[in-house]
Amino acid sequence: MENLYTQLLEDVRFEEGLNACMNCGVCTAICPAAEFYNYDPRMIVDMVQTRNDEVIRDLLKSETIWYCGQCMSCKTRCPRGNTPGQIIMALRLLSQKLGYFTESEKGRQQFAVKRTVGDNILEYGYCVPSYDVEPERHPEQGPVWEHIYENLEHFIARAGGELYGKEGPLRRFTPEVMQELRDIFDVTGGLDLFDAIEEASEKKAKEMDMEFTKEGIDCEYFRHVYTFDSGIHFIEEPIMEDHETGR
Amino acid sequence: MKLEGKKRIWSEFQKEIPDDHFFYVRSCIRQSFFPGSEQFFLKVLKEDLGKDIFEDPNHTTCTGIGYHGDVVQFDTIQTVVARHFALATEHGYKDVVISCVTSFGIYEEIIETWKHYPETLEKTRENLYKATGRVFDVPDSITHSSDIIYKFKDEIAAKAKFPLIDHVTGEPLRIVEHIGCHYSKMFPKYGVGGAEFPHVLIGMIEAWGGEVIDYPERRHCCGFGFRQYIVQANRGYSLSNSRKKFVSMQPYKPEAIIANCPGCTMFMDKWQYTIKEMDGMTYGQHGQGIPVLTYEELAGIVMGYNPWDLGLQYHNVQSEPLLDKMGIKYDQEEKYLTKDGKKLPVPKDLINA
Repeated sequence: MENLYTQLLEDVRFEEGLNACMNCGVCTAICPAAEFYNYDPRMIVDMVQTRNDEVIRDLLKSETIWYCGQCMSCKTRCPRGNTPGQIIMALRLLSQKLGYFTESEKGRQQFAVKRTVGDNILEYGYCVPSYDVEPERHPEQGPVWEHIYENLEHFIARAGGELYGKEGPLRRFTPEVMQELRDIFDVTGGLDLFDAIEEASEKKAKEMDMEFTKEGIDCEYFRHVYTFDSGIHFIEEPIMEDHETGR
Repeated sequence: MKLEGKKRIWSEFQKEIPDDHFFYVRSCIRQSFFPGSEQFFLKVLKEDLGKDIFEDPNHTTCTGIGYHGDVVQFDTIQTVVARHFALATEHGYKDVVISCVTSFGIYEEIIETWKHYPETLEKTRENLYKATGRVFDVPDSITHSSDIIYKFKDEIAAKAKFPLIDHVTGEPLRIVEHIGCHYSKMFPKYGVGGAEFPHVLIGMIEAWGGEVIDYPERRHCCGFGFRQYIVQANRGYSLSNSRKKFVSMQPYKPEAIIANCPGCTMFMDKWQYTIKEMDGMTYGQHGQGIPVLTYEELAGIVMGYNPWDLGLQYHNVQSEPLLDKMGIKYDQEEKYLTKDGKKLPVPKDLINA
């Protein structure tokens, strides 16, 4: 018996985020993800409050918990003071700790989040530094970004900074600062979470018969989780169409 | 009696913003995409307003994009933020100014969690000490850097060389303001005007002569969605949400969009480029795009700073239509010069140029 509900309760955000939900659906009405994906946060909250471990296990392995964009608009509007977005955060964390996230297409993408943002934090001390926003992976950034990427030193200097300098925008952190950051991850279980994501992803890559490397983003499994979309996630008739034709 | 009641009700929507002596923490996105905005903010506070604002270069990312991308745990981010507080404490500062709406929301969440669950504060103190040997005081206040500009909006208005007025017709310019979800949707009391009447950008626009546009999807998310943008397969989510806003604001003929959050500024600019590439659509007037500016950039052009030193040429949607309406003179040849005056190639396919 895994006692999944009990494990969720250990997360202070879950305790704070869920009082009794009356299923009014206001969270779904305001949710940007529910307009785009086949997604209904109201149902997730209702499933969790059954406290049924089988139901919760299905959620942890599902696509649906990965659709939320964490805008937290639901927090403002819930008449019971619940925060479905925080319940989602607790579910996602547990799904990764238990290795269930690799059971869904959207869950498997956590490997890409770890290998980009996660690794950036420990390598550079930034989540998304300019030099990691490669134009090939970000075509939507357009030709202005290509210009910046190729002339980064001048871009920062024109703003009055120094790329990789001792202070200011995109300064380089000393080894001592980077060690402090790593030690914080170590002491707080942050490295264990990274390891859990890596371990389950490597196992899944093997199952899917895909090349997997121990680091970096140059491997088949990374490219797959980063770009693959099966097309099963979207609502059939986007609400956008109604909106554009006037209401 | 009635007046007292009204005052009490509105007090919930007001925010006390410190006057001086600030400890500044940068934003990963703002320094990577809009470094001129952070540099302007520091310069205007120090040189134009004569304030004390201090930045310790040893402060790292807060790890916020990792936290909302679900690869960083709450215990971890609490301790990283506590390290920032320790740096402020070590330098004798009690008021923290944050350059990022995602970070700001996280600071709100952490401080509220510490109030409601004191054991989490104790655990964080233990974790930080064990990892770094540092100790910290919880700051007296946390403010977003836009709160500070809001507080000094009238001082900036007094120095305005180019108010938000069409210099030919004398009409106020029509501006869309975008607050960014994490500024006050989660913890309304931390934002100027709360979640219902977020006033931080309205105050600036009106003080500087402009007119704020109300439109149906005004409070809708820009669509960042963290993992919904970080992972390439999910970017349709992010694009669709920005597009929903553009479609909704288009009939109101905005002359500019001002955003509070660096991420929102970036997405609402980049997605206009993407949509134009995909289906040729633009949402401004006369087939143009709508320039998207940070509030620092807006304050800067109002005060007469050189738009190219602020970095406006590094947006996909170029700002010339806005600058022209304000009557700002600029030199096209200076746009893509290096600091030393060397000419760099001009990017292709610029919108509005």
